[in-house]
Amino acid sequence: MDNGTTSPIGRGKKQWDILVIDDEQVIIDAVVKICSSENFSVDSAIDAQNALIKLVKNYYRLIICDIMMPGMDGFDFLNELMERKITSPVIMTTGFSTVDNAVRSLYNGAIDFIPKPFTSDELLNSVIRGMKYLKIQSLLKNQRDDSAVVYVPCPAKYYRLGYSSWASEESTGSILIGATDLFIKTIENFSGIDLLSTDEELIQGNSCAYFKDQSERIYPLLSPVTGRIIETNSEAAKDKTLLEKDPYFEGWLYRLLPSDSEYELKKLINCSSDRL
Amino acid sequence: MSKKIGFKLIFIVGIAAVLIIGIFSFYNIRSQSDALQAEVERHANQLSETVKHSTRYDMLLNQRDRIHTIINTIGKQPGIHDVRVLNKEGEIIYSSHEQDIGKMVDKNAESCYACHAANEPLERLPIKERTRIFYNDSSRVLGIINPIYNESSCWTAECHAHLKNQTVLGVLDVTISLTDVDEQIKRGEINTVIFALSAVAALSLLIGFFVKKWVDKPVKELVNATREIGTGNLNYVINEKKTDEFGMLAKSFNNMTKKLSEARVQLFQSDKMASLGRLAAGVAHEINNPLTGVLTYSSFLLKKTVNNPEINEDLKVIVRETKRSREIVKSLLDFARQSVPKKNNVNIEEIINKAVSVVENQLSINHIELIKNIEKDIPQVTVDSNQMQQVFINLLVNASDAIGSKGGKINLSASVIKLSPYGITHIKQAVCPKRHDLIDNETKIDGMPSIKLKVYSNGTQGYINLDPVYGRSNHIFHFPMNLEKDYKLVCPKCEISLMEEGKRCPDCNAPVYSFEVPSRGNVQGCLGKNCSWQKWEAVDLGGQKDYLEIKISDSGCGIPKENLSKIFEPFYSTKGQKGTGLGLSVIWGIIDNHNGTIKVESEVNKGTTFIIHLPINQN
Repeated sequence: MDNGTTSPIGRGKKQWDILVIDDEQVIIDAVVKICSSENFSVDSAIDAQNALIKLVKNYYRLIICDIMMPGMDGFDFLNELMERKITSPVIMTTGFSTVDNAVRSLYNGAIDFIPKPFTSDELLNSVIRGMKYLKIQSLLKNQRDDSAVVYVPCPAKYYRLGYSSWASEESTGSILIGATDLFIKTIENFSGIDLLSTDEELIQGNSCAYFKDQSERIYPLLSPVTGRIIETNSEAAKDKTLLEKDPYFEGWLYRLLPSDSEYELKKLINCSSDRL
Repeated sequence: MSKKIGFKLIFIVGIAAVLIIGIFSFYNIRSQSDALQAEVERHANQLSETVKHSTRYDMLLNQRDRIHTIINTIGKQPGIHDVRVLNKEGEIIYSSHEQDIGKMVDKNAESCYACHAANEPLERLPIKERTRIFYNDSSRVLGIINPIYNESSCWTAECHAHLKNQTVLGVLDVTISLTDVDEQIKRGEINTVIFALSAVAALSLLIGFFVKKWVDKPVKELVNATREIGTGNLNYVINEKKTDEFGMLAKSFNNMTKKLSEARVQLFQSDKMASLGRLAAGVAHEINNPLTGVLTYSSFLLKKTVNNPEINEDLKVIVRETKRSREIVKSLLDFARQSVPKKNNVNIEEIINKAVSVVENQLSINHIELIKNIEKDIPQVTVDSNQMQQVFINLLVNASDAIGSKGGKINLSASVIKLSPYGITHIKQAVCPKRHDLIDNETKIDGMPSIKLKVYSNGTQGYINLDPVYGRSNHIFHFPMNLEKDYKLVCPKCEISLMEEGKRCPDCNAPVYSFEVPSRGNVQGCLGKNCSWQKWEAVDLGGQKDYLEIKISDSGCGIPKENLSKIFEPFYSTKGQKGTGLGLSVIWGIIDNHNGTIKVESEVNKGTTFIIHLPINQN
């Protein structure tokens, strides 16, 4: 797939849409095939070292990276990206899809986590959201004072699971959770959500709500904590504008009875540090 | 070891006994012989006075023959050694031994020595000083001297034998043989030795007996127990009946082994879980990669072939089944975290049909006829369809394995039944009035954690694991006691009584116990023989409820009775290398997560029936 174009930022660097890193050739092939069908240009690397070499030469808008790889694993790769100040959004994926892997990925800066095996739609939806994220980021960077994009930051004392969901402790011991502003903004033509019902158990890092767009694409939101749902925000389920306007207060999704919030909140990003 | 303790005790007590008896008898014999000797002394003194007085008159009349006769008569009496009278010069004038008459006695002789020891002879001596003991032919002799003083009648007597200025005229010397006394003392000594020896022997026997009874036996039991535990039998229990230190030791020993066995079970369980977790992780990673290939390509193709319905339908099956595989792998990972069912309202017949279609091939290869008998219009049930499908597939495969390749029949029926809560409701929580958890996860009855209580009856104590199904009484008794008349149940943690004071079972009149099911009221029951009376008002009020009953019975080899209680335990498998032993425990977990029950009935060589009851939503 040699249809890359020259990047305006990369000073002669070749620009690709996607870099996929996986030690399994069949997965690389599948990702290449699926993403190419949507007219994305895709490059691939068989391990993290290889990917880092390619990252020097080329510019990639989005990176899809496996966690369990020989040599450097996905988390080390994420750290390496941060050190090299490469800001391309990363989607993590792994066959060993434990809660811990999902949470750690998002904590370390990945914008999404898709457990293997995934369907073509699950992959594409995540990629599309990644591209939208990139767009928002560049808009924010270039038009800081323009009101075209208003980014609502996560309030202090809140905790967030990457850019996916947030959790806020209530004085009664229960926990409110919802989707971050950025997560909602990355969904183009957001049309509504499917919520779980009360009494269901949520597990940290597992899907807890399904956001939909007008073309019926489904974007799962990963739960920030484990617990039993004691209340669902039916207003938010009915009125999508509530989510878009006030994602951190009126736009909450569930009230949970957490099972071990003290431990789990430590694995999330404290929003108070966002302001520094 | 215990023998040594016995010997040491006997040795010490023996020495102590010998010492005590020895010292006691030494003083006892001495005081006894002193008393005897004093008696003899008194007797001798009396005798000598008698002789002196009886001869006085004859002396005054100087009738020597009569004096001789008197002295001879007295001297011949048994026990009297000699009676003699000496004059001032030491000449023996009278003696019961006639040959001594006329002999001279030296001043230093023992008859004279007492008075003549000083330069000037003493004239008066106390009685103590006048007696002496000396040896005559190896036998002891006690002598008493009695001085004869000058009196006016003496010098005025007609014989004029004595002068007025003499003070002491002579000495009456009486000697008495001490042979009798010595013999008595000797006999006493011998008796004492015999007594001491027999006392030591008796003490040793007594100590030996009680050491054997109180130390030897319990120590042997303890040694046995440690040996048993050393070989890994952590269920070994020592008799705790004794109330002494050994009883306490036995109790704490039993407690220790119990804790040890609990720790071992936990360790074993966590070890199993850890290795299962590693296995699941490895399998998940390995299988998920190829599954990703299948799922991505098939889902991609599915989108591309919307216009080709023939291929599209087939691809749908591939995508659906791959997604199911994904769920299975996920549930393998979730097993370690006890996954939560994703419940939906579904038609059970559809799930059964899907499960049957998966195993159909295997059944026909083994010549097994599957007879389905599913009631029409079964209402929908709220279940996780993937998990339920897994349950049916597992049970059908088990049934097929039990039949083997020789062919047979499997009956699968589903129907709606009405069940009273009695005999079907699972008591999942139980607490004592002090809120201690009574559920015992280690002892399971039909795969369900039982309710553990402590029992006191007829002065003994033990434990009982109550059947956790309301109205059923497959209790496990951990003691051989008769519970017909009287018993007391207490919380095993805080010993608080669980008895309903004064209440009696309406069926068998036995005492009634009661425990609380948090937020669902109290359960009452009794332990009467052949009585299964229980009362749980909160549940009884709910009345009969609709349940979906699914029966899967096979004509296979059956399960022996002793294994029936174990089949729902994790890693219990009779398939050897073929199975993981996880199947039925997972099934049990799934059914339990759906608030249902699963039970098994089996007869060897006739077949096995699994009966599942799932609650049907009233609305």
